[in-house]
Parts: sequence; C-alpha cells; structure tokens
Amino acid sequence: MKREIPLLITSIAGIVFAVSFFIPHWPFGDAENIFGDWMSVVSAFAIWLGMFNLAEVSLRKVIRKSEGWNYALIVIGSMLLMLVIGFSSVYHAINTDTPHMDPGTGLKWMYDYVFSPLSATMFAMLAFFVASASYRAFRARSLEATLLLVTAFFVMVGRVPLLDPILVWAGITDFAFFSAVADWIMTYPNAAGQRAIMIGIALGITSSSLRIILGIERSHIGGDA
Amino acid sequence: MAHNLALIGLVLTGLSLIYVLYRTIAGNPVDRRVVFIYVALAAGLPLFMDLLPPVTVTPDVQALVDVLEELPPHSKVLAAFDYDPPSAPELQPMAVAFFKFAFKKKLDVIIVGLWPQGPQQANDAIATALLDSSVMAAGPIYGEDYVNLGFQSGNEFVIQRMGSGFKAMFPRDERQTPYDSIPVLQNIVNFSNIDFVMNFSSGKPGTIEWVQIAVDRFGARLGAGNTAVQAPQVYPYLRAKQMVGLLGGMSGAAEFEKALSMPGNGSIMLLSQISTHAIVILFIIIGNTAYFRTRKRKND
Repeated sequence: MKREIPLLITSIAGIVFAVSFFIPHWPFGDAENIFGDWMSVVSAFAIWLGMFNLAEVSLRKVIRKSEGWNYALIVIGSMLLMLVIGFSSVYHAINTDTPHMDPGTGLKWMYDYVFSPLSATMFAMLAFFVASASYRAFRARSLEATLLLVTAFFVMVGRVPLLDPILVWAGITDFAFFSAVADWIMTYPNAAGQRAIMIGIALGITSSSLRIILGIERSHIGGDA
Repeated sequence: MAHNLALIGLVLTGLSLIYVLYRTIAGNPVDRRVVFIYVALAAGLPLFMDLLPPVTVTPDVQALVDVLEELPPHSKVLAAFDYDPPSAPELQPMAVAFFKFAFKKKLDVIIVGLWPQGPQQANDAIATALLDSSVMAAGPIYGEDYVNLGFQSGNEFVIQRMGSGFKAMFPRDERQTPYDSIPVLQNIVNFSNIDFVMNFSSGKPGTIEWVQIAVDRFGARLGAGNTAVQAPQVYPYLRAKQMVGLLGGMSGAAEFEKALSMPGNGSIMLLSQISTHAIVILFIIIGNTAYFRTRKRKND
C-alpha cells in the first residue's frame, strides 16, 4: 500500500491534467482545480521540507565536525536569525495591521541590507569569471569554436550600443548594423536551435510522463525504474 | 570632476590592455586576478560618469510599448513578478518604468508573484516610481489603483488555477485584505477580465510558463521583461506572436525607458554594461591574437 497509493494518486492526477486540457468541463475541470489546490499546498510543504532538510544536513555536519562544518554553522545561524526576525515581523504586522515587509520592519531591513546584497554579489561574480574564462580559454581552435566566437562577438556588440553609434557617427552606416545582426542571430539561428531543444525536451517529458502515469517508472517513489 | 576622472580612468584602463596584449603574446598571460581588476574598473568607473549612452529602440521593445500605450485608462493589467534580487539590476529598472507609466496612465495594476521575493521587488519598484513627482501627482491609491496579491507557491499550477479563478490562489492580498473587499479587484474573476499581462522574469517559473498557460490556454495578451540570459529562450514564442513584445536585459530596460520617455537606472547602468562588454571582447581578442601568434611561431 505504501507504494500503490502514491502510484494511484500520480496516475489519477496525471490523467486528469492531461484530459482537462482538452475537456475543461465537469468532471475534469473541477478535478483539475482540486489537484491544482493540492499542488499549492504540497509546494508550500516542500519549502518547509527543504528547510528542515538543509538544517538536518548542516546540523549533522557541525556535530561530526566534518569538512566545512564552520560554513554549516553559519547556515544554521542565518536560518534561525531569519526565522526569528521573520516571525517577529509577521507578529508585529498582525498586531499593528500593517504589511510584514513595510519599511522599518526587521524583515525588510534584512531583505534590503543582507539578503539582496549577498545574492546580488553571488550573481555579479559571474561577470568576473566569464571575463577570465574568455581570456584564457575562448579560442578559435576549431570551426565550431570559431562560429561560437563570431556569434558571441556579434551578440555582445549588438546587444548594447557599443560600436553602432561609432559606425553611424563615422558615416559608415546609417542604421544600427551590429544591432540588426544580433537581432538576426536571435531571430533565426537562435530561435531555430531553441525550438529544436524545446521539441526534444517536450518529447522526452511526454514519454517520461506517460511512464510515470502508467506506473512503469517508479524511481520517484523510491522503486526501481 | 568625478565624471572626468572616471573617463580618464576608463581610457587608461583601455590603453593598459596593450601591455596585457604584449605579455600574452610573449607567452606570459596575466593572472586571473588582473582580469578581475579590469572587469571591476570597467563596471565601476562608468557609474561615476553622467553620460547617457545613445539607445536605439528595437522593434520588440517598441511593439510592447505600442500595446501598453493603446490600453485605455483603468484597463486591468496583471503584473507578474518572477525574480529575486540577483536579477534586479536588469529587471528592476523595467519594473520601475512600467509602474511610472501605468500609474500616469491610470491603469489598474494587479501584482502577483510565483517567486517568493517577487512581490517585494514589486513593492520596491513602486516605492521608486512614486519618488517621481509626476507619478506622485497621479496619486495612485493602494487597493483602488493597484494591489499586491503576494506570493503563491505551486509554480505554473498557480497560473493554471488562476484560469478558473484568481481568488482561489489569492484569497487575500499581502496586507491580508480579503479579495472581495479590494476595489480594484471588483469584477475580476479570471484571465478573461484581464486586458494585459506583464511578466518580469529571470527563470522558471516565468515567461515561458505564462506563455504556455495564460496565453495558449486562457487567451491572455502577454508582454515580458527578461534577463539577458533568459531572453534567447523566449525568442521562439516571441516570433510565433505568442507574446506582443520583449524587453531583454539591461539594454531592453534602457530601450523601454527611452520609448516611454522615462530615463532611469536602465539607461544610467547601461554605460557600465557597455564598457564591461568591451573589456570582455578585448580580452577575447587578446587571447586569440596570442593564440594565433603562438601557433604561427610553432609552425615556423
């Protein structure tokens, strides 16, 4: 029963979602709404599950003093701090009838001055690594690499007004040449490639979904594939 | 003063790349930390310059602006905020310009988020937009002219469920006001009551999910602002006319601001992006020049 019930729920939900796309009427339309509500509830629980999982893994690391345990300690501390501040801000909001993220609340302060700069820093570091990798490894060693290099050049130059204003100013062209080339690359080779990838993924998802709905694929409930 | 110093610094940075080229050709490439310093200078120095780059509005941006301008006052616009702070440099200027335009034009804006941080980014964008005196003069009132319904978990299933009723997914706004008590939401049941959907997205769930469900299934009209990384994935939908327009990355933000005649951070920060692009391109050229020189030497 431990495996049959989840398989049954998966099959029914899968069939309902697939059929309701074509027949959005009773009973499929209503059933789709019910499963949609379930999905939101399950997702909300998944957030908590993820948090508890991270706490457990980090705590185990700290107790065993395994490699990187000091970072795990920071994770636990940050998580607890954010939880305390978050709940106190929500408690304050309920008592004062104000939004929990209003300016002046602890949660807003943490969001503006801790979370935002830290996460933006992580993302911004990409620019440094891209530049370094471009300098050291991005070489026209083969035809494919050369094509990639030339495409990257035109897209990088065309996506920002870097050379186009110079060309227009010098009277070489009277329109944004590099921008037009970048747009052509995006519209034709890029869109064609993206479509090919999408169709491939869609076919893969369809076959995987069918296997899951029919109960052939059971790895998601801990069984053999 | 700061402008001139930054300009001189930028020129010197560019000229010093000749030394990097010389060293690289000599088979002694510079350390990656030196490359990092160059990128930092290229990104940082333009921030001290009071220069707006010449921006040409591309057809994809203009198409979106045209649709927004055609909307009559009090049209219902659903604004979906599906991003978090790391993507804010690119998407926040778009959001600010969008709110400035919407409030001045008296559009009724309904904000939702499929990312937990999305609705907060929307609040920040509104706060910035309200600093503009002309927007302040329009006097948008929370609940009457706009509402923030907050975050709902469930990814694309939220959009799917909204197709039969927004209230099921967002029974209260983020201030805990019941759906039925919010004036701007009166007579709004599902997508059929929405005139336009504007999505700001940096990943999944995001624009692709809004196209696949809100547009394809429920017939919504959609425009989107994406990060430069995500924009290429959205082009097939744009060219298939499943979207009315697309703002791609910071240049998309700058173009959007120009088309709406509302210069902001997108236009200001674009200069920084231009110089960073230039530095990366120059490093690629230096790296390849050295590569071909070395190869030629070996062949000789």
